[in-house]
Amino acid sequence: MDYVLIWAGLMAFAVFAYVVLDGFDLGIGLLFPFIKQPDDKSNAMNSIAPFWDGNETWLVLGGGGLYATFPLAFAIIMPALYAPLIVMLLALIFRGVAFEFRWRAETKAGIKRWDLGFTLGSFFAAFSQGVALGALVQGIQVTERTYVGGWWDWLTPFSLVTGFAVVIGYALLGATWLIYKTEGLLQRFCQHTAWKLTWALGVMIATVSIWMLFKQDPYMKRWFDYPNYLYLLPVPVLVAVLGTYLLRALNKGYELAPFLSVIALFALSYFGLCISFYPNIVPPNISIWQAASPDSSLKFLLVGASILIPVIIAYTAYSYWVFRGKVNSEDQYH
Amino acid sequence: MFELFDAVLAARLQFAFTIAFHIIFPALSIGLASYLMVLQGLWLKTGKDIYRRAWRYWVKIFAVIFGMGVVSGIVMSYQIGTNWSVFSDKTGPILGPLMGYEVLTAFFLEAGFLGVMLFGSNRVSRRLHFMATIMVAVGTMISGFWILSVNSWMQTPAGYTINDVGQFIATDWWQVVFNPSFPYRFVHMMLAAYLTTAFLVGGVSAWHLLKDKTNSAAKLMFSMSMWMALLVAPIQIIAGDFHGLNTLKHQPMKIAAMEGNFESQNGAPLILFGWPDVKNKVVHGKIAVPKLASLILTHDVDGHLPGLDAFPEEDWPNVPLVFWSFRIMVAIGFAMFLVGLWSALMRLRKKLYDAKWLHRAAVLMAPSGSIAILAGWITTEVGRQPYTVYGLLRTADSVSPLDAPAVNASLLAFVLVYFLVFGSGIYYLLKLFKRTPSLNERDIKTGQPRRAAGITPIQGLADKINDDSKEGK
Repeated sequence: MDYVLIWAGLMAFAVFAYVVLDGFDLGIGLLFPFIKQPDDKSNAMNSIAPFWDGNETWLVLGGGGLYATFPLAFAIIMPALYAPLIVMLLALIFRGVAFEFRWRAETKAGIKRWDLGFTLGSFFAAFSQGVALGALVQGIQVTERTYVGGWWDWLTPFSLVTGFAVVIGYALLGATWLIYKTEGLLQRFCQHTAWKLTWALGVMIATVSIWMLFKQDPYMKRWFDYPNYLYLLPVPVLVAVLGTYLLRALNKGYELAPFLSVIALFALSYFGLCISFYPNIVPPNISIWQAASPDSSLKFLLVGASILIPVIIAYTAYSYWVFRGKVNSEDQYH
Repeated sequence: MFELFDAVLAARLQFAFTIAFHIIFPALSIGLASYLMVLQGLWLKTGKDIYRRAWRYWVKIFAVIFGMGVVSGIVMSYQIGTNWSVFSDKTGPILGPLMGYEVLTAFFLEAGFLGVMLFGSNRVSRRLHFMATIMVAVGTMISGFWILSVNSWMQTPAGYTINDVGQFIATDWWQVVFNPSFPYRFVHMMLAAYLTTAFLVGGVSAWHLLKDKTNSAAKLMFSMSMWMALLVAPIQIIAGDFHGLNTLKHQPMKIAAMEGNFESQNGAPLILFGWPDVKNKVVHGKIAVPKLASLILTHDVDGHLPGLDAFPEEDWPNVPLVFWSFRIMVAIGFAMFLVGLWSALMRLRKKLYDAKWLHRAAVLMAPSGSIAILAGWITTEVGRQPYTVYGLLRTADSVSPLDAPAVNASLLAFVLVYFLVFGSGIYYLLKLFKRTPSLNERDIKTGQPRRAAGITPIQGLADKINDDSKEGK
């Protein structure tokens, strides 16, 4: 059995789970300054308060899992993306503590301060994740087992665009989550916002997809060599179909369908990325097999992961089920 | 200004700084989660409202501490890669899976049930709510298990071989996880977490007893914490002694530094105080008890103890730092033991809630556990230097290929953000400690009468409505 391939799949799943789950709660942070009513602000935050910590745990699984199963990739990517990752970590601090501190600050100015921290933290976390993605896509300079680029190599026009693309994507996830979890004015505001964000995200997906093809030869070959394009043609077509459906669902006032459609859009874009990367984990040179831990490590962790990941999904689902329905101001302990 | 420290030193300072801030929070989370579990269990069993009040009091504090632990912990898991990439590449196959298990068995469990524990009391039954608290508490313990296994492996590596690209790879996972120093370190740290929490609870409740010795919730908390001090402090001293013997066996150089023992000798004295002078290899102004170090560490008055002279000087850790941090930890441990005894005496005389000097001492000791934990970790981690994996991988060979300005800049950013954010957090915690237990100051502020539902005949319901409306926002 090829444990490397299994782990590549599991890591891809963990990263995707993180992107979707923390994506919608970072998105709430991005929308926060545009939500004006204090009650709506509280409701928006309470709609994610029971979940954000669990959502962020997928990020730790992404980091810890990479360290365990692809240590060489971890050792190259982390210093290569030094500045964006440090910014992300610091931003996540501001975002995370705001959930508690905002209720502890007793003055209006104090609440405003942590609300600002919540928004800026969410923005810089999302943006730096997008920049990190762009920097990875455009490739990382490696000699033997070491990153040999400078500490500003990640900064290019392309990585800035991917940074904004992720910000827009997360905001859309957040807006559609709130459509599902809230009602009244806040819900209507989110429907309008989501409609605009859908167009913006469409432009971003198209821009990044095309631009990316020119970043590395293998990407172009992967998509346009015969017969690949026959198999892969459904991907952009489905993106267009889903985008259209999403706009319709927003117009019709569906509550859950928009959120699920955005997740599906993310899944397709993510699938496109994985297809482009494969078999590399650090483009352009390090493949998943070169970066992987020995089988003894992969097997040892797989035994647990194959039992624990389904259990985790089960109790995570249970927690979402407990807090089902529209957000409710009674569920607080503050 | 960004070249203040060389890249290795800046990376070390950054790790030391971020992990020192971090460890305070999970240590308290471990203790408080268990405390909340006990309180909730007692409430379910006895139906006495006082336990629920105490639970409500501490759960808010727990939530703030837990949140700070989460965000400062994420930093740690990424910093291994950003600043210590060579270490990551070499140790990933062994330490990575252990951390992976920590995430899968502990972090998800804590995070998954934390939401239900904090927000779900109106949505699930009491039993399920209690179960959520148990899951969070168990999660914190499992987390401690794995991360201490990781740390212990760095101190006493076992069950490994080295492959052709220089990575440590496992030959026996049992030996990796249960490496020689792990059981001792795990027990020592878990007890430390409980003691730290006990003294925090004791200090906060003593402060309220000093203001009002009839406050029943404060009495309950103080009594519980003093039982912990009485029972756990002596166990901790014994556990620490065993841990020291284990360190002597596997890291004798560290023990020599802790003892300030420059010369190998039979019947070594125990140096209580003094100033280790590494240059001249003497301890200045020392106060020592003859032969006691040999007695403690070898259980023989004339036992042989290797001194630092038995090891090449370039392998020595920073001796004064190890020497002094160790003494601070031990002194606090014995102070805790004495407070426990003092409380037992007062309890026997039925004066536990009137003993003002005991209460004052307890207030003073409130942060003592956190300080002892920091001191203890400085002892063991600085004592591990100059290696990251003891005897096998040098710290200087573990760092990322980064320029000094990059690491200095991020160090500065971490220092600024941590002081700002966690400084605010500690300020909010102090405000939470200031609230009188069992009464809630928030309803006074919003102008609601404290017994808004006091005319209803069902006191339990009245309490519930009160509590919910008071603590609702």
